[in-house]
Order: sequence, then structure tokens, then C-alpha cells
Amino acid sequence: MTLYPDQGDLEVESPSIALPEPAGLASRLRALTPARVGLSRAGESIATQELLDFQLAHALARDAVHAALQPASLISNLLDLAGQGAVPEFGTPLLLHSAARDRTTYLQRPDLGRLLALESRERLKQLRRDSSFDLALIIVDGLAALAVERHTVPLLKALLPALSQSSPPLRMAPLCVVEQGRVAIGDEIAHELAASLVVVLIGERPGLSSPDSLGAYITWRPRPGQTTDAARNCISNIRLGGLAYDEAASRLLYYIQEGTRRQLTGVGLKDPDALQLSIDREMRLES
Amino acid sequence: MDFGHTIRGIRHTFPHLAGLMASATPFRSGDALAGIAAKSAEERVAAQYVLADLPLKVFLNDLLIPYETDEVTRLIVDTHDSDSFAPIASLTVGEFRDWLLSDSATSDRLVALAPGLTPEMVAAVSKVMRIQDLIKVASRIRVVTRFRTTVGLPGRLSTRLQPNHPTDDAAGIAASLLDGLLLGSGDAVIGINPVSDSPATVTRLLRMIEAVRERYGIPAQSCVLAHITTQLAAIEQGAPLDLLFQSIAGSEAANSSFGVNLGLLKEGHEAAQTLNRGGTCADGTMGKNLMYFETGQGSALSANAHRGVNGAKIDQQTLEARAYAVARHFSPMLVNTVVGFIGPEYLYDGKQITRAALEDHFCGKLLGLPMGCDICYTNHAEADQDDMDSILTLLGAAGVNYIMGVPGADDIMLNYQSTSFHDALYIRSLLRLQPAPEFEAWMRCDGIARLRSDAAKGIDALDSLVERRLPG
Repeated sequence: MTLYPDQGDLEVESPSIALPEPAGLASRLRALTPARVGLSRAGESIATQELLDFQLAHALARDAVHAALQPASLISNLLDLAGQGAVPEFGTPLLLHSAARDRTTYLQRPDLGRLLALESRERLKQLRRDSSFDLALIIVDGLAALAVERHTVPLLKALLPALSQSSPPLRMAPLCVVEQGRVAIGDEIAHELAASLVVVLIGERPGLSSPDSLGAYITWRPRPGQTTDAARNCISNIRLGGLAYDEAASRLLYYIQEGTRRQLTGVGLKDPDALQLSIDREMRLES
Repeated sequence: MDFGHTIRGIRHTFPHLAGLMASATPFRSGDALAGIAAKSAEERVAAQYVLADLPLKVFLNDLLIPYETDEVTRLIVDTHDSDSFAPIASLTVGEFRDWLLSDSATSDRLVALAPGLTPEMVAAVSKVMRIQDLIKVASRIRVVTRFRTTVGLPGRLSTRLQPNHPTDDAAGIAASLLDGLLLGSGDAVIGINPVSDSPATVTRLLRMIEAVRERYGIPAQSCVLAHITTQLAAIEQGAPLDLLFQSIAGSEAANSSFGVNLGLLKEGHEAAQTLNRGGTCADGTMGKNLMYFETGQGSALSANAHRGVNGAKIDQQTLEARAYAVARHFSPMLVNTVVGFIGPEYLYDGKQITRAALEDHFCGKLLGLPMGCDICYTNHAEADQDDMDSILTLLGAAGVNYIMGVPGADDIMLNYQSTSFHDALYIRSLLRLQPAPEFEAWMRCDGIARLRSDAAKGIDALDSLVERRLPG
């Protein structure tokens, strides 16, 4: 069998691509999206400037993956937030560590990133009281410590006042900050704290255009080692230029309230459509 | 059953088939994470010797995941066609490799063989094949599918235009869409990964693509890659849904972690078929392939759903091949392995991602699937754009059905790097490949000329493309 039967017809060019782009199109497209649209070309390939811009973005993202969380300043900012009133009582933030010793281990052993280090587990066990909690908020460095440092406090600033108006009052577990953690580490923590709903705020994989994107995962009654992703809801891309704090907080509030009311999260709990509409611009064609 | 091989006086033994398959797999971090990678390079080759001597028939009886507890195994066993298997029924895995590379393995024979092959056989033979073997055999297999375009023909390479946006913003998506269309992207599918997994978002985005498609007469199909239940809800709301998407994996437990099972996929397939939205393709037939599946090595392990008989762990490449058994049951339009998306704990670096991409493409094609590949990596993997260029060139030579077209190779929503519109132009030009015939015709005539001319007018190109509806 001939692999490429069209090979004999060497005169056939790819259609249309050789034409120059319409004048001014690139800048118009770029005004509408942070995506790499309207790139200058060298032949059919991208021009040198575009190539180097990409390499730089990749270099920044690579560096972001390996940056370490600065927990002291984060906890201090969280305490400031608690002092500003109109937020539910969340106690003194706890600093916990996963079983992944360092970044290199973390990157290759996600299983260790889902488990608490022995000392952290002991600490939680000692802390446990007779009472249970409605909600555990857990802040995890994930793959982008920068995202956690930049967006957690502003997001909580938008979320906590709304939570404080819950009736009956929401019983919040002590806030936890986790180093070298993955999403599922929240399952073990919530279980140890006897919290029925867990919200994990975690640094997402750095992208080229977004080295600091925060994600939020909401899980009802997580069971350590058993809960799967289908049982979680996720809010992604919380950052400047992505999902705004107020909008992210509204969605989080929806999931916290609906998840608690219906006693489930995940595939069975759909996105809040009404909230969705408020941020999306509707478009249609000319008839 | 016990498997063993002696090398220079040292006996290497493997307690069961799952362990043998894992040990014979070229090294990758995911198998090491699962604790099933060969303990030494020598042990790996010993396993490959044993595997090469194993009759293919063994895989029909020695099941890796029990029939009783796994519906994917039941699907594989119950749909196995022994007539198609007959020509190779007496071969060992090693002899099968030799046959695949021989002149006897013509395109027609390879296609006819597919229903007689199980994923485990295909995975096994791939483990004793080098990259050039994987390329050579796959390049002989053409799997052609149709909806409004014909994808997979010889001399063609298609692209999925992937105009994602971090807030599902319509204007932002339209900008990437226009950029891609003008660069000849989108003949496999125009597919958006939405941020919001809601029926309203799916409906809104599908209507938007539909409007552009109709205005410019674009021969293409659309898809919004939400969960299948969300897309089904969108169908009920009247969404113009072309391709129905779902991520799938190779064990019942892993599929369950995705919130799907075979029954749900069947229900979805039937619902989408009733919409009857396929078009008349270049050969005059109506396009009827409408499922779109994505897979990737490591998904079962990441869901802790990678165990088989007596709890034995199955290697990630074999589980990936099993996902293809799920896919082929639904005669899909498109299947692609999102090879480097899952991260370095499963495929650590460019070398591992490259090997996996070629394995997945080979296994999928041999099982009769219209394989594409999302040639990609994340920023925490030891890989870069040079690695993607290499994979792209290798897959182009292997005859991949389609690749992704992402603006500048940078997906600003999913935070990973894939292939760009320009990368597709490179490989088409290098290997003298054309887009799907319907799309090529569109690019040579009126439709794209109107799109280009609208874009060239002094007015905002997008205002001519779409008219915004004011809020309220």
C-alpha cells in the first residue's frame, strides 16, 4: 500500500494559507483573548519574536512549579482577615505537611501528596474534639504556591462574610494550610476533623499565560482513599484575568449551600447556571 | 500459571500475567509509582523474552481483570470475533510482531484482523516493538470516519480546533476560532473544553459555533467537551450537538471515577444518533460516526482503579489499550490520547511521552480506531516544545488521523501545551498532507474567502462574524 498516494502530485500546495493575514486582524484578535492568536509568521512557521516570547513564558512556568510556599506570611494574612470581623470563627490556622518530603518527591509521588505526614496526622488527632464541623477550608500549595499566596486571602475576603450569614450559624473547622499537598489530602483532614463538607483551595498546574491559577474543590463527606473525582465539584482558573474573586466566591457559596442541603457533590450537583449567565457575554450571528 | 526465563544462569520468574506485562513494559514513571515496573533493565528484557514466547491465545483465557467484576472485560470477551482471530490464532506475541512487520500484513488484512484482537494482545505486542515498528505498522492502517468531514484518508491530516478560553467568554473563543479557521484548522472538529460544566454553557457554545459554521458554510463538526450527562441535558434543551464527548478509561472502576459506564455511553450514543446531524461527505455517504473519546495512560492509576485478578496491579499502557475496547464499541468519529496531559508522575519526560504517544496510536489503530493524538505536556514535566516537534513528526509519519490546533500551542484554559495551528501547517507541508477533502474544498473556494474578506474589512472582524446580544 502506498503510504501517501498524493505524494506524486507535488504541485499541490496547502490551500489559502500562503495568503497574508488581513491587515490589522492580529491586534483585533489579541484584544479579545489572552490566547496566542494572530502570531506573526516566517513562512508557515511562527516568527522569531513569537518563538522567544513562548520560551520565556515556559521558563517562568517552570520556575513557578519549583517555587516553595511561604506559610508564615500566608498564615499572618489569614489571621488579619479573621480580625476584620463579619467572618465565621475559624480558629488558629494549622500548618500541616504532606508525606511528600520535598518538591522532587512531590512531583513523582502524588500518592504521598495525598497523605498527611505522620506528625501532621498526630497533631490533628490530638486536636479533635467531641463536636463535628459543617465545613473545613483547606489551603494547599499544589503545583503553584504563588497562586495560593496571591489569591487565597482575596477569595476568602469575598466568601467569608457571606458564610457568616448562614443560618443556623456555620460551624467551621480550624483553617488548615498544607505544604506539598494534592487535592485528596483534604479528604483525610476533613475526616480527622469530622467535617461534613470540605473545600480545598489549591494551586493549579501553571500554564504559560497563567503561572498563578487557583482551583477550588468541593467534596461532601469525603472518605480518605475512596472518594473519587466524580464525587467532587471544581472551580478552576481563579486569578486576575481568569475567574474573578466575587464570581468564584458566589459559585463556592452555591456549592457549599447546595452540597450541604442535598448532601452530595460531584456529577450529581451541576454548575449554577444562573450565576453562569451573569459573567458570560451572549453572542449571536446576524440573521 | 508461572512465567520464567533464564539469562546467563539467572532465572527470572513472573508470578502472573499482569506482572509479566508490567515488567515487560519500557520504563515509565507511572508503573514505578504503582510499584510494578521491572526491578532492573535485565529483568525487563527477561520479561520481554517470556512475553514474546507467549501464545496470543493465552490472552483469551488468562484474563487480567475478572470477567465477573469488570464490564470492560466482559465487553472485550463477549465481542471477540474468533473468525477474524483465526489467521493469527497459532502465533506467539513475538511471531505476531514478525508477521505485522512482514509484507503479509497488508492494509486490508490488518483492518480485517481488528475484531479478532483484544487490547491485551495488542498491548503485549507493542511492548516488544521499537518506535520504528510502531510507526511502520500503524502507517499501513487507515481508519476512516465521517460526520460532515471525512477523517483518516491516506494523504490527509486533520486537526481539532481548540479555541478554549478561561471564562468561556464568547468573544475570546470567537477570536481563537477565527484565527484557527484562517490557518486551515478545524476539519476534525471544532471542540471547546468549557470551564463551566453546565447544560446552559454547552448549549450557548454549541449555538455559537453552529452560527459561524452555517454563515460561512464550513464543513466541520462541533463539540463542547463537558461531562456526557451535561451534554445529554443540553440536547434536551435543544442544543445543536454534533459530536458527543466523553473521557474513558480501561477498567470499570476507572470509568466509574469519571462518572460513566457502558450503559450511560450507550444511552448517550443513541440520544445523539436521533439528532441525525451528520452531513453528506465527499464520497456521497452520510456521516454517522459521532462519538468523540479521549483517553490517556495513567488515568486508571490516578483513580486507584488499576487492579485486576487477586488485586494484581495492571500496567498503565495495557489499561490504556483496554480503554480502546470501550471506544471501538461505539464506532467513534474521533479518539485521541491526551498523552502528556496527566503529568510527570505517569510519563516523566519527553522520552516517555514520545514512546507512549506512538504506542497509543499503534494500539488504537490496530484495534480499528480513528486515532488522533493530543501531543502535549504540562509545565511540571521534563519536556518542552522540541519534544512535541519530534512526536508530531513521528506521528505524522505513522499516519495519525488528527492532532490538536491550539493558538500558539498554549491552552490558556487547561494550562498545558499542545500543538499549534502552525505546527499542523508544518507537518502537512513536510509530509505533503491535506486537510479532510470537504474542508480542503471549502478552503479552496468561496467560504473561507468570505471569512477572510470579512476579517479584512476595516470594521472589527468579529463584529462581522458575530453580533453581540446585549445583556437583558
